[in-house]
Amino acid sequence: MAILTIRDALNQALREELLRDENVFIMGEEVAEYDGAYKVTRGLWKEFGSKRVIDTPITELGFAAVGVGAAMAGLRPVIEFMTWNFSILAADQIINHAAKMLYMSGGQFKVPIVFRGPNGSAYQVSSQHSHALEAMYANFPGLKVVMPSTPADAKGLLKSAIRDDNPVIFMEQERMYGIKGEVPEDEDFTIPLGVADIKREGTDCTIVARSMTVPLALDAAEKMKNEFDVSVEVIDPRTIKPLDTATIVNSVKKTNRLVIVEESHAFASVGAEISHSVIENAFDYLDAPIRRISTAEAPMPYAKNLEAAALPDVNKIITAVKEVCYL
Amino acid sequence: MAKTATTGKAAGEKSNGQENSSAESRRESALALEALEILQADYEKRRKSQLEAIKTLDKKLLREMLYQMVLGRKFEEKCAEVYRMGKIGGFCHLYIGQEAIAIGSIMALEPDDMVITSYRDHVQAMVKGISPEAVMAELYGKIGGCVKGKGGSMHMFSAEHQFYGGHGIVGGQIGVGTGMAFAAKYKGTGRVTLCFFGEAAVNQGIFHESLNMAQLWKLPVIYICENNQYGMGTSQERAMSTRNIAKKAESYEMANEFVDGMDVLAVRDATLRAIKRAREESLPTLLEVRAYRYMGHSMSDPGNYRTREEIAKYQQRDPIKLFEGSLREAGIFNDEDFAEIEREAATAVEKAVEFADSSPLPPESELLTDVYA
Repeated sequence: MAILTIRDALNQALREELLRDENVFIMGEEVAEYDGAYKVTRGLWKEFGSKRVIDTPITELGFAAVGVGAAMAGLRPVIEFMTWNFSILAADQIINHAAKMLYMSGGQFKVPIVFRGPNGSAYQVSSQHSHALEAMYANFPGLKVVMPSTPADAKGLLKSAIRDDNPVIFMEQERMYGIKGEVPEDEDFTIPLGVADIKREGTDCTIVARSMTVPLALDAAEKMKNEFDVSVEVIDPRTIKPLDTATIVNSVKKTNRLVIVEESHAFASVGAEISHSVIENAFDYLDAPIRRISTAEAPMPYAKNLEAAALPDVNKIITAVKEVCYL
Repeated sequence: MAKTATTGKAAGEKSNGQENSSAESRRESALALEALEILQADYEKRRKSQLEAIKTLDKKLLREMLYQMVLGRKFEEKCAEVYRMGKIGGFCHLYIGQEAIAIGSIMALEPDDMVITSYRDHVQAMVKGISPEAVMAELYGKIGGCVKGKGGSMHMFSAEHQFYGGHGIVGGQIGVGTGMAFAAKYKGTGRVTLCFFGEAAVNQGIFHESLNMAQLWKLPVIYICENNQYGMGTSQERAMSTRNIAKKAESYEMANEFVDGMDVLAVRDATLRAIKRAREESLPTLLEVRAYRYMGHSMSDPGNYRTREEIAKYQQRDPIKLFEGSLREAGIFNDEDFAEIEREAATAVEKAVEFADSSPLPPESELLTDVYA
């Protein structure tokens, strides 16, 4: 297996799918001649040309709409948002059109489209470029929401998302583009949507983390083992919707303790949904209240110290794990 | 024959007794009536040549055009009637008065061409090929509806007939239609897209974003702005800094035309020119088609914002009457032909109602199907 960054794993997935299916095209701001704002589409315009890799004006609502219409008429668009924060301009097309089209048309018009880009915070990019939006999109029937945390997952899930006949919200994380890992080279390597992955097995406490918080949770788990001899299981749902509730519930039935770590704000979050599922399905197994680590309930500040204080980190996770373990 | 075919009641004729007498309203009404006079003056100028041209058109086509207009009118009148009986729920936006636009434009297309429109979609759906039965059953929320009772009045769709829906977010379909045209060009199908919207949608960002991309990327799309002069209860005068919508296309260097939306042949001619441009040069066009809706914005709109005089004046220049007059004068059809067309349309509407009445409700199992493919 090759060692790739998440950036290059995504690039490889896009390239393979462009090669595999001529109905696949990429569209977004700076995706072509500039090679992508975060270089995820590097080299693709040179290889596939302006028909398949298309620079757009700064017109998020407009090019999201073009993607929806093109998907209804038989293409498989991959629409890049430079950050998911800009997708809010396009929310009408994603939510009112893409998500509802199949249903409104009585099953006649599929919208096989992927909307992708970085979600959540980066490095001091402040309030309007740092929001983690997965809870909002996960609320709409008709959408799938995917959030990979490793290069292999990024590649396998993106390929599945492009092949899926539904609109898929594919959320990356700018801080993670450089993370390296092993990636299978098989061109038909895919990871099914809706299947969680146990990133570390354990027996004493479950952490459910996603995207940027997965490496933090793994770090915390290692420290808990070394410093307190607590065995932590780390679960990455990978797909937020559909959510693999069974894997999470089964883990909690084993460990009897749950900490949820997420980059989004806590109120009405995916973590709240996970917490509800566990209470509903494993109430009698819980030995401690469920704890959540989320981003502070404020817009993201610019100052480095304030930004760090707002976000989940390893120490916050360790504190929560110790709490649920009564240490 | 026009007697029953053109009796579409003015917007809340009864409740309209309370005419809005504000200076603002009088000014708006004066503008609407002035626009009507300009349309009529232009029409009189081209009438002679149109009468000659009409004789060169296929008689079967002319008959079908008139039939579709009468059917559309009668269908919508029936909708109003059964809506008041509680057979149709939710919102219901009627097309009465605007028939020349759907018939003039959609009937200029090839069957494979694509159409997308707003929530005022019953007549467009039928002209594109969806049966009156399937449209009426959809309005009734029955399983026999064209989307199995899941969409209702605002969301008629048919993949078979390449009808990409009625859409409920003002302007949203302008962007989707642009994407359909993008797909046609990408695949090289040669198909064109007709994309309908009202004049109020022109104030949405998506209109401008779409026109920019369509001209920039040379997409085979025809934007048809059905300017019925009122966005719900707000006149164009109160909502737009300029009355000239066609001219907005010039900001994007896009071809455009102002069209008399009560003259079905004028709509057809303008659409044919736009289709040629789309198919042969892969270029978009914006058509501003001036029209007038006789009914309120929806069935729940009493229509107090327009004067009775304004509505009555527009009804005198009814698109069906106008077309019939030309057909009669050109010696193509006589009163007997008109009566026969009217009977056929009435029968089709009755059949649609019978079908809708007898179609079962969607089974509850439909609730959770078609959410994901």
